[in-house]
Amino acid sequence: MIDESVRWLDDRLGVAKGGRTLLDKIFPDHWSFMLGEIALYSFVVLIATGVFLSLYYIPSAHEVVYHGSYLPLRGTRVSEAYSSSVGLSFDVKSGLLMRQTHHWAADVFLGSIAVHMARIFFTGAFRKPRELNWIVGITMLMLGIVNGFLGYSLPDDLVSGTGIRIAYSIIESIPLVGSYLGFFLFGGNYPGNGIIIPRFYILHVLILPVIIGGLIAVHLGLLVKQKHTQFPGKGKTEHNVVGTPMFPTFAAKTTGFMFMTSAVLLLLGGFAQINPIWQFGQYEPFQISYAVQPDWYMGWLDGALRIMPSWEWVGWGHTIPLEIFLPAIVFAGLTFNFFYLWPHIEKRHTKDLASHELLDRPRDRPKRTAFGAAMLMFYFMLFCASSTDVMANFFNVSLNTVLWTFRVIVFALPVITYFVTYRICNEMRAAEGIGKRKRAMVVSRSETGEYSTVSTEPRPGDGAHELDAIPVPTYINLTPEELETGPGVRRVMR
Amino acid sequence: MSDESVTAEPAGPLPIGSLDDPHQQPYARHPGRAQAVAAVSLIIGILGCIGFGIAYWISDQTQWEAITLGVGLLGLGFGLTAWGKYLMAQGPFVEDRHPHNSSEEEVKAMTAAITQRGGIVVGRRKLLGGLFAFGSLAFGVVAAFPLIRSLGPKPGNALFVTTWKKNSPLVTSDGRPVHQNDLEVGGVLTVFPKGFAGSSPDQTILLRIEELTAEDPPLTLTSPGRSDWTALGYVAYSKMCTHLGCPVGLYQEQTVELVCPCHQSIFNVLAGAVPEFGPAPRPLPQLPIKVVNGFLFAQGGYNQAIGPGFWERP
Repeated sequence: MIDESVRWLDDRLGVAKGGRTLLDKIFPDHWSFMLGEIALYSFVVLIATGVFLSLYYIPSAHEVVYHGSYLPLRGTRVSEAYSSSVGLSFDVKSGLLMRQTHHWAADVFLGSIAVHMARIFFTGAFRKPRELNWIVGITMLMLGIVNGFLGYSLPDDLVSGTGIRIAYSIIESIPLVGSYLGFFLFGGNYPGNGIIIPRFYILHVLILPVIIGGLIAVHLGLLVKQKHTQFPGKGKTEHNVVGTPMFPTFAAKTTGFMFMTSAVLLLLGGFAQINPIWQFGQYEPFQISYAVQPDWYMGWLDGALRIMPSWEWVGWGHTIPLEIFLPAIVFAGLTFNFFYLWPHIEKRHTKDLASHELLDRPRDRPKRTAFGAAMLMFYFMLFCASSTDVMANFFNVSLNTVLWTFRVIVFALPVITYFVTYRICNEMRAAEGIGKRKRAMVVSRSETGEYSTVSTEPRPGDGAHELDAIPVPTYINLTPEELETGPGVRRVMR
Repeated sequence: MSDESVTAEPAGPLPIGSLDDPHQQPYARHPGRAQAVAAVSLIIGILGCIGFGIAYWISDQTQWEAITLGVGLLGLGFGLTAWGKYLMAQGPFVEDRHPHNSSEEEVKAMTAAITQRGGIVVGRRKLLGGLFAFGSLAFGVVAAFPLIRSLGPKPGNALFVTTWKKNSPLVTSDGRPVHQNDLEVGGVLTVFPKGFAGSSPDQTILLRIEELTAEDPPLTLTSPGRSDWTALGYVAYSKMCTHLGCPVGLYQEQTVELVCPCHQSIFNVLAGAVPEFGPAPRPLPQLPIKVVNGFLFAQGGYNQAIGPGFWERP
């Protein structure tokens, strides 16, 4: 059966040669390689739940009277977008589960991208020849953030509506063209002529997902073409890849992992309430709720807007709202351009033009690691600064104190982080044997009172790391008896 | 590279495997137990998925759906992963990595194909090349311009004006006229010009600072030239924050301050709503009001553009 199908396809497309190579593709075994998989499978969940939601959501600002089953809203005049969002939560079977899972998947998607990116950064996987894939990845992060914001805005509830208002003001702050861009995008002065929800919708469900999906294909295509990086170790060189083959070992593990990622997202969606739009109510431009915060991945921008001093520039009959333009446009632009250029910047600094297939251990590159840690601290502090009001309330201190604290520590903590990390890296490099795989030692005493230490036998599995790697075999010779006792029965002791 | 000696031998037929080869061994020390764990996990997965079907059919309860489907997928996923990790061949296996770059001749051949073949074509027919480049540029410009331009109207003076006019009656968001007895001291109300209830640029926050009568001296605001912009202890400001346009919806009565919940700009109401704290750069524009026959009216519109800053604002 299989034989016939492969032959049929091969006669037409010649799949056997490349296909075999693909099945034999080697995946190095390291937990940190799983972070990108979380992002990929969150994207799968986003598509699946998103398709479900798109069957019920109506992208329209048209005003209707709500008649659904949520009593507090019944009889109120709301937009069709809001009405259908509440409707798909309460009146569509498993709709609430799908909506909340979708939201959680978006948060996890961007979170795993951020952590994956940190892994790539700290291990130097972005170096030649993988600069292109780094750029593709940064682009996906950027588009993911934008698409997250667009999706968050679609239900037309009070909290997301306030976010759109802020986005409009940010666009408006661009010198020369800002007010034109705002009017073009929104179809008029804020809140526009009702066109913004359909526009956000088509961007959110078609244009950006197609681009992100295409970039994922490019990301994985480059990965197959260039093969994986690997950590240094026994038998691992710049000229090979050591690990387990795509089929069946990796395929089984990664498919199982896809199911588990989906399961966690579903459990979050079912048990951890997120974005209860029916409590916020319909967006009205003159209403607002307390402690308004965006989704976590927008936090760094919101924090930057909060701690920025009110430096509006006025002169020659024009205004440049620097208190918006600098943090929201210039800073965000600099951030992503800096990310894009990082491989180049590092190359300039280290004068290292060689190709690298073996990864760095972070401690062995103390400057890069310290710098990366400082960057993480910087953006994390900006993220924390997006809840100044909540903190002031919680710690019972004045808003002024919290604001000035953040204005200082956003810059001070990264500097401290740099030096501390740098020191830790150097200490770790100096310590002998640190980070090596440990094995139990048996201390025995001889009759004459001598003590000696013997390392224990490797456990099965531990031993696998000590074998010499061999190419994936073509086929396994089996006699019928061998098949009987075949897989799962251990016959060789190492 | 010192490791070059380790590179695998030249590509040839792949070796034939044997189950006795340690590379083909499972990771688990007790494969039987691992198989049992994977099997139980898969069974839980099957039960969970069936459970989801039942939960969906009979109850449609979000938590039941989540726990059945979640546990179902978790069981399937864990079983499959355990199978892969503990019972399948772990290797290590190796794959050769070939240099990414082509030979020097191939690079030269490709570059030459582009520069020479292309160069000759363009060099011989400079006119056609120039015309096509110009044509593409023209198409790009004319295609982009209407695409962007038809998205929405030009701003004109829309950012400078609101619908507040002389003698506009103040109404609430549901269109009810505002009477002088509507607010007690410390009360706030969002008001609009009559006929435009709910409109974003017109949103105005009306505050009652003191309960004054027509005979009392008017409310003293420290901002110059606005002594008669208040009425009977009422004062009105644009509700749109001058930072990012959020509604300035929080009023702290003891300190007589308006607070924007978005980025915590704080405006001193008695000093003409100047920002005292936070990122807002300008005071909230004030709406001059008056009381006629017990109802509140605007004396005129705002004397400046409301809301956040933009390039055209003087």
